[in-house]
Amino acid sequence: MAARRISSLLSRSFTSGSVSALFSGGRNSSLGRGISRYNSTTAAATAAEGPIIPSVAVNYTQLLINGQFVDAASGKTFPTYDPRTGEVIAHVAEGDLDDINRAVSAARKAFDEGPWPKMTAYERSRIMLRFADLIDKHNDEIATLETWDNGKPYEQAAKIEVPMVARLFRYYAGWADKIHGLVVPADGQHHVQTLHEPIGVAGQIIPWNFPLLMFAWKVGPALACGNTVVIKTAEQTPLTALYAAKLLHEAGLPEGVLNVISGFGPTAGAALASHMDVDKLAFTGSTDTGKIVLELAARSNLKPVTLELGGKSPFIICEDADIDNAVELAHFALFFNQGQCCCAGSRTYVHERVYDEFVEKAKARAVKRLVGDPFKGGIEQGPQVDSEQFEKILKYIRYGIQSGATLETGGDRFGTKGYYIQPTVFSNVTDEMLIAKDEIFGPVQSILKFKDLDEVIHRANSTRYGLAAGVFTQNIDTANILTRALRAGSVWINCFDIFDAAIPFGGYKMSGIGREKGIYSLNNYLQVKAVVTPLKNPAWL
Amino acid sequence: MAARRTSSLIARSLSSSSGAASLLLSLGRNRSRGRSIYRFSTAAAVEKPITPPVQAVYTQHLINGQFVDAASGRTFPAYDPRTEEVIAHVAEGDAEDINRAVAAARKAFDEGPWPKMTPYERSRILLRFADLVEKHNDELAALETWNNGKPYEQSAKSELPMLSRLFHYYAGWADKIHGLTVPGDGNHHVQVLHEPIGVAGQIIPWNFPLIMFAWKVGPALACGNTIVLKTAEQTPLTALYAAKLFHEAGLPPGVLNVVSGYGPTAGAALASHMDVDKIAFTGSTDTGKIVLELAARSNLKPVTLELGGKSPFIVCEDADVDKAVELAHFALFFNQGQCCCAGSRTYVHELVYDEFIEKAKARAKRRVVGDPFKQGVEQGPQIDSEQFQKVLRYIRSGIESNATLECGGDRFGSKGYFIQPTVFSNVQDDMLIAQDEIFGPVQSILKFKNLDEVIRRANTSRYGLAAGVFTKNIDTANTLSRALRAGTVWVNCFDVFDAAIPFGGYKMSGIGREKGIYSLNNYLQVKAVVTPLKNPAWL
Repeated sequence: MAARRISSLLSRSFTSGSVSALFSGGRNSSLGRGISRYNSTTAAATAAEGPIIPSVAVNYTQLLINGQFVDAASGKTFPTYDPRTGEVIAHVAEGDLDDINRAVSAARKAFDEGPWPKMTAYERSRIMLRFADLIDKHNDEIATLETWDNGKPYEQAAKIEVPMVARLFRYYAGWADKIHGLVVPADGQHHVQTLHEPIGVAGQIIPWNFPLLMFAWKVGPALACGNTVVIKTAEQTPLTALYAAKLLHEAGLPEGVLNVISGFGPTAGAALASHMDVDKLAFTGSTDTGKIVLELAARSNLKPVTLELGGKSPFIICEDADIDNAVELAHFALFFNQGQCCCAGSRTYVHERVYDEFVEKAKARAVKRLVGDPFKGGIEQGPQVDSEQFEKILKYIRYGIQSGATLETGGDRFGTKGYYIQPTVFSNVTDEMLIAKDEIFGPVQSILKFKDLDEVIHRANSTRYGLAAGVFTQNIDTANILTRALRAGSVWINCFDIFDAAIPFGGYKMSGIGREKGIYSLNNYLQVKAVVTPLKNPAWL
Repeated sequence: MAARRTSSLIARSLSSSSGAASLLLSLGRNRSRGRSIYRFSTAAAVEKPITPPVQAVYTQHLINGQFVDAASGRTFPAYDPRTEEVIAHVAEGDAEDINRAVAAARKAFDEGPWPKMTPYERSRILLRFADLVEKHNDELAALETWNNGKPYEQSAKSELPMLSRLFHYYAGWADKIHGLTVPGDGNHHVQVLHEPIGVAGQIIPWNFPLIMFAWKVGPALACGNTIVLKTAEQTPLTALYAAKLFHEAGLPPGVLNVVSGYGPTAGAALASHMDVDKIAFTGSTDTGKIVLELAARSNLKPVTLELGGKSPFIVCEDADVDKAVELAHFALFFNQGQCCCAGSRTYVHELVYDEFIEKAKARAKRRVVGDPFKQGVEQGPQIDSEQFQKVLRYIRSGIESNATLECGGDRFGSKGYFIQPTVFSNVQDDMLIAQDEIFGPVQSILKFKNLDEVIRRANTSRYGLAAGVFTKNIDTANTLSRALRAGTVWVNCFDVFDAAIPFGGYKMSGIGREKGIYSLNNYLQVKAVVTPLKNPAWL
């Protein structure tokens, strides 16, 4: 079968170890031959089976402030749900303004009085390395908790994402003692240095689609650079960050350096973004919320803001592409993580010469996608994160049908319980349709036809977003032309969703401001200070 | 005299060997030539103003390589701050002109030629422009002084050479914008491209019109961007002249568009524009907040902000007091006190406080105020009546809050926006004159007892732009350098502005850095490019 073949092609284009095969969700498809397809009659039966009971206890539900687990000042809690069933996993302390204030003052103290920025970079590095080891040790519990709260396949969580958290903290641990300032050539008799200093208290707001990876992208560089942190998690997925933060303290992190607040955006998030004692804010989420966050920073103390926002990333299949490989990776690019990726390849542009073949194979691949309980081996797709997202996606599917796109497969919920959605493919999508413009954030692939390069460049760039792009071609000239012309922060050529620690990630245009990961991520958490002093009788200038 | 001695010390602490360009902003050096000129307490302002040896030829917008009227046909007056008289009527840009300019910049970026030219070709144009600036040094300097009121010697010998120096600097960067190749975690070839960001909107202030032009336009062009620049309504003239020279140097049409006009109309239109990919602003913190909000509400264009300051100038007990007096004077009074990084909180150790006050007062009294075209004049008029009134209001506030007025305290003369060099001692941290940015020739001197105290007090400000530290002790210098939350720390010097030194603020003094290698980041996008490797020889 084509799917089996491209699946093995896919795993060749990644490396073989599970950590480095980051996000290669497609690779498990050959394992899942015996499992229910979404359109088979077994689907309903599968959904009717009792959900697998996660083998982990929910121990941490309070806020983590100044090294202590504490209740919200208000005493309030909110429920966090299992998206497989819509049932409550736990009641979690609900942070708001008072709690943010408490957390900021703990972080402020740990920054202003120390010990964190006054420790040697090597000591900070060692704590981060010990934390990475603890993540490895608790890999399966953390992965279980992540899947339970988020709904993503357990194999993805356990074999890719949690190892990647450890990998990222080892990466940033290595940076901690390599933050170099510069000595700068002067125009006269002065000795000029630049110091790269920690910026202070960093506020961080992370989303629910990759709770722990986003924790690592945010917390890793902030701590490596000597900052202290107040992090607000998404209300959909508060559990794993609390667990991880507990492990960071076990690894020796001093109290007050990392404070974790669970809660909602308009209360806790807004309080953090507006706070006058927060020196930096980093946010990952929707573009609309990102605009609010930046406005709150502008209206309060002008804290610098890093934004990782939405996308509507083109995935361009040229006429000379390896079609089977392109079908599989376009499928992966869109459906990975239930389609809940900011960089999802959500506009699949296919050259007219290979369009019909592509649509047929893309449909066949989607039909074969394994949907079901994410704790079950071989499952590729779990439920969407919550009812709001679930309803929004179904609404966009209806828009697609109403606007005259061809529904090739899917188009409805999967089963009768939980937030499962059928893998859905639309062909004959045109640029002005809402499904080709808006970020759907679900398992809905939109396939569009193009004729020539100039046209597809123009169409691919005609969006307010600019997060990522996929390019499939065997021709180096085509690859080079598209690479430079596409206005996007990541261009994956004959691959997609490669997220190595050293590769910067971030958006052009309204997909964001700044870059995370790689050397670039350090800039977000450093201030630059020029220090100048006169030189007496210098030996050189 | 102490002043004469410290003046020569300053000249030594700046590099005397390499010509005027490197003597950036070192105003104090001309003072010894001004012995015969009136002091601020004389009535010299009644003398007839010197007629500037230049004409205001360029008063229209420069859009797509052409000088054009405002779409509305409207103009506004540009004034001579010495006399409050009109120099010229200048095209008044608003949203429609910004739209035209952005469309021209968009076309020059999207279709080229600018980003499609080789970096070497771009570099050559920047170099030719720098040469033309040198050729027209005196006319540009005269125009700058006429419109701004700053001493002509400062314009001609420090600022214009610095303009040329900055474009030489950025020309050198144009062909040195390197991307990276990045180690992958698997069989992938990873590159990072550093691309031009697109159309840059830039809004510059009136205190250093041409230097701010260079700080903004230099890195944007070096990185391959196109520009819409809005100048300050007080000082529209020199940027138009410079932009004209740029086209003479071979800049293609549409690459640099200059629109004169006001903040709430032209400035807001630029900051809100959906086709502008980047905005850089220098000005007040309050306006900077609005600019960032407009960017947030429109298309999330990245924003660089260089805003206000209330920079501490800390004189330790072991400092060379005479030198510290002279540099503290320079740090505050330079450019009529109209510097965002002015050393406007002079903290003096209690053991040297009395001596310092006496000498600082004496130095201020000797400050030469008058027609900025006259040789030896150190201080010209403030920029306009609004600033003039604001500065006088802060002086009254200082008196009312019981600071000791050591000298000055009123306008100078009866015409133009001249203000007497003013020194307050016994200033307390909670007084408005110790908290707000006055942006005028008003020095506030505060007393301190020990390092920890002065660190805390120096950092207790919403601003964090710069700091001066005077000490002979290396431990004290190192402690203060790290503890002060400011983007620039000048140790035993002040206002050293070499091209390679980054400048920018902590806290509410701004976001980002200009000059130096850091300035390039403001005008580059980072694009990661990843492709699989088949059978790689190494990873």
